[in-house]
Amino acid sequence: MKLIFEKSREGRRLSILPPADVPHTALPQDLCREAPLRLPQVAECDIDRHYAALARRAHGVCNGFYPLGSCTMKYNPRIDEEIAALPGFAGIHPLQRPQTAQGGREVLSLCEAMLCEITGMDAVTFQPAAGAHGEFTGLLLIKAYHEDRGDMARTKIIVPDSAHGTNPASAAMAGYEVVNIPSGTDGCVDLEALRAAVGPDTASLMLTNPNTVGLFDPNILQITRIVHEAGGLCYYDGANLNAIMGVVRPGDMGFDVVHLNLHKTFATPHGGGGPGSGPVGCKAFLNPFMPQSCLGGTPGEKSMGQVRAFYGNFAVVVKALCYMLTLGAQGIREAAENAVLNANYMMHGLKGTYDMAYDHICMHEFVMTLDKLKKETGVSALDVAKGLLDAGIHPPTMYFPLIVHEALMVEPTETESRETLDEAVDVLIDLAKTARENPQVLHDSPLHTPIRRPDEVRAARSPKLKADLP
Amino acid sequence: MGSYVPNTRREQEEMLRAIGLAQMSDLYADVPESVFLQKPLNLPEGMGEMQLRARMEEMASHSRVFPVILRGAGAYHHYIPSIVKTVSSREEFVTAYTPYQAEISQGILQSIFEYQTMMCELTGMDVSNASIYDGASAAAEAAAMCRDRKRTVTLISATVHPDTIATVRTYCHAAGTQVQIVPKRDGVTDTDALCAMLTQQTACVIVQTPNFYGTFEHAQALVDATHAAGAKAVLSCNPMALALMKTPGELGADIAVTEGQPLGMPLSYGGPYLGIMAAKQAMMRKLPGRIVGETVDTQGNRAFVLTLQAREQHIRREKASSNICSNQALCALTAGAYLTAMGPDGLREVAQRCMNNAHYLQQALEQAGLARVGNAPFFHEFVTACPVSKDKLLLALEDAGILGGLPVEEGILWCATEQVSRENMDRAAAIVREVLS
Repeated sequence: MKLIFEKSREGRRLSILPPADVPHTALPQDLCREAPLRLPQVAECDIDRHYAALARRAHGVCNGFYPLGSCTMKYNPRIDEEIAALPGFAGIHPLQRPQTAQGGREVLSLCEAMLCEITGMDAVTFQPAAGAHGEFTGLLLIKAYHEDRGDMARTKIIVPDSAHGTNPASAAMAGYEVVNIPSGTDGCVDLEALRAAVGPDTASLMLTNPNTVGLFDPNILQITRIVHEAGGLCYYDGANLNAIMGVVRPGDMGFDVVHLNLHKTFATPHGGGGPGSGPVGCKAFLNPFMPQSCLGGTPGEKSMGQVRAFYGNFAVVVKALCYMLTLGAQGIREAAENAVLNANYMMHGLKGTYDMAYDHICMHEFVMTLDKLKKETGVSALDVAKGLLDAGIHPPTMYFPLIVHEALMVEPTETESRETLDEAVDVLIDLAKTARENPQVLHDSPLHTPIRRPDEVRAARSPKLKADLP
Repeated sequence: MGSYVPNTRREQEEMLRAIGLAQMSDLYADVPESVFLQKPLNLPEGMGEMQLRARMEEMASHSRVFPVILRGAGAYHHYIPSIVKTVSSREEFVTAYTPYQAEISQGILQSIFEYQTMMCELTGMDVSNASIYDGASAAAEAAAMCRDRKRTVTLISATVHPDTIATVRTYCHAAGTQVQIVPKRDGVTDTDALCAMLTQQTACVIVQTPNFYGTFEHAQALVDATHAAGAKAVLSCNPMALALMKTPGELGADIAVTEGQPLGMPLSYGGPYLGIMAAKQAMMRKLPGRIVGETVDTQGNRAFVLTLQAREQHIRREKASSNICSNQALCALTAGAYLTAMGPDGLREVAQRCMNNAHYLQQALEQAGLARVGNAPFFHEFVTACPVSKDKLLLALEDAGILGGLPVEEGILWCATEQVSRENMDRAAAIVREVLS
């Protein structure tokens, strides 16, 4: 498909501005740009059609089943989009006097109160723009706390080897040394490995529970106790909160800090990669260290500082609030229960065909290992994923967690119907059959997508990262 | 109660039976009994769509939407063409995930590739990433790109947006590295002071032009001094101003960062906005975040993919160039659509209109009794003194539906975009005159 630049014709344009009503003021010559500004020159109709064509070559939750593990691709309610676009939310300046921005303040404070109740925390900041940004923020809270107590020896963050890649990356950015601990054979935290790892140098443990293999760690209370007894804090990665909201709270499990992904659990859309929102919640003793906007607030003396301008991705918070108000106490729990039910139902349907990495009741997602299938047929997890594309199903997360070979991680979410799950199970069973009968078909998949498999090696070896402009 | 669960109670029970369980709580057998919630959360009951709309419209009505906005300071009230809103609200873009599966994500990937091209064009840089959270975090990530074992100190001008300075401080403190503030003189960065502060340990110098006070910096001198000391120059320029002004590329900067909100994003009480980050070729592999590249598929057709992923957290974990995963993709798509809608002439005209209006406003306020602070050339923001109580003056404007400038230490920081009419600027000036008299 042509780039918008390739549709450009000299002189084409839109009519937007009114006639000028004030005199011209020229920028001094020595400050002026010399380089031409080569933006596309197109008519409005060209723009409409260009993006319509791009939209046909994209795949959202609106296009079909999206069981992408760890990403919680649930349905994004349309009403939430409309509400976030109301002038009383979209049209307010971040530096209006608080007295004139009460609608905005109410959104933030009500959303904070509801998330505190859901997580068992005492305060929430909305400044972080995404999950990883929340991790960074949460770790800096922990750092500020230890530094405030004069305990400078706590330089290490413990991370299980099943963790999301952002966990160790955030710990490194926060200036910590990362201690990776191996998971037990059951996919959960190995208590002995944890006991051996904690000590006076432990700043915190970072943990996802349910973990990345889709299991609720039954030893969670012992885990947080071991860390606390060593003087460390416990950080909860909320990526998988969808399985347990309304059922059990991170604060009750012994966590001191949590981050949430509003673009996962609270049904705000992912936007093709963002904007998300990664609010951070903490227990009261960490509240003095929370971030603040320097210009839009009055940073507390002990505040860890700030991680971006203003108060966060506000419009995303509006959508999450709409979602929580819609569901209410009962609906939130039912969403979690149905997310877990859907995952178990689908896992049950696939068990006879695919090997499960851990054969146990799962939470909101489960991990299959295609190791044996690959050895027997040469068909890899990637091949099966590509086969799903032709069936109009977004593939599960591939090759994660790293501790499972040939992993496919499936997260159906609660907003999918039984028929959708049944159909997906049938498609996956068919693909396994194809793998045995005619593996080449899967090596060649997908066949019916806008492009076939791209040459990623070429993309990385000779990077072409922008268009050639005339 | 509202719900988005399609399966009925009966279906849920059948599904439970199919997997050999009796009730929902059986799914949670691994949750220790002492923490399993026995009673519902203390939250209100849910509601249907009509009730939600009424509740939220009521809440939104508690904010005051100013028809005339003379305040910027990092968030700018520009006109957003309808076509831009139409494009950015297409569900296929809105509800997609990060484009990991290239075969069904060409639309998103191509939109980012086009965005990257436009950012290089706007900034004069060689390579752009797919976006980062906002302008402040982009500056902080840029500082990290410039540090190495020997050069660890970040210098940032006092004339940079205060939230950006605070964000850079936070990120640098996290990494255990030092930040020093280069003082200002007459509303711009003090070049002599900068020269005295540059050492063998300086990793980079971060300068904003037009700066927080709206004035153009002596950018060339600052970049040259930075390079003479062997450090990297990071420039932050309002993207609207870039339609007219010398680009970071022309000024010789190593990295360009900025807040992309002016390119089609509503004010939205501070977010979501768009962190723009572009760099010279030599720094390509140090860029954080997603980058889209062009390649071909097995049939030789043009194809786009996420590339250079060896920098990223899901591959490198604690050794990654950054922890960023989700970015601001839909905002990047919006900026691409905005720049396409405006085109080169349209963008220059909007930028010029901002500049004209701001200069008209400055003169009108001067005549009304608010003298400008400083005399360097400015774009669409400027500072005036305020001989009376700032609150009193700004409240009088608010009463007339005008959000006046931002109170700052030196006085009031005003802004005019293409959206303010001469009539409204005259009206604002008349109110100011009245308050001062």
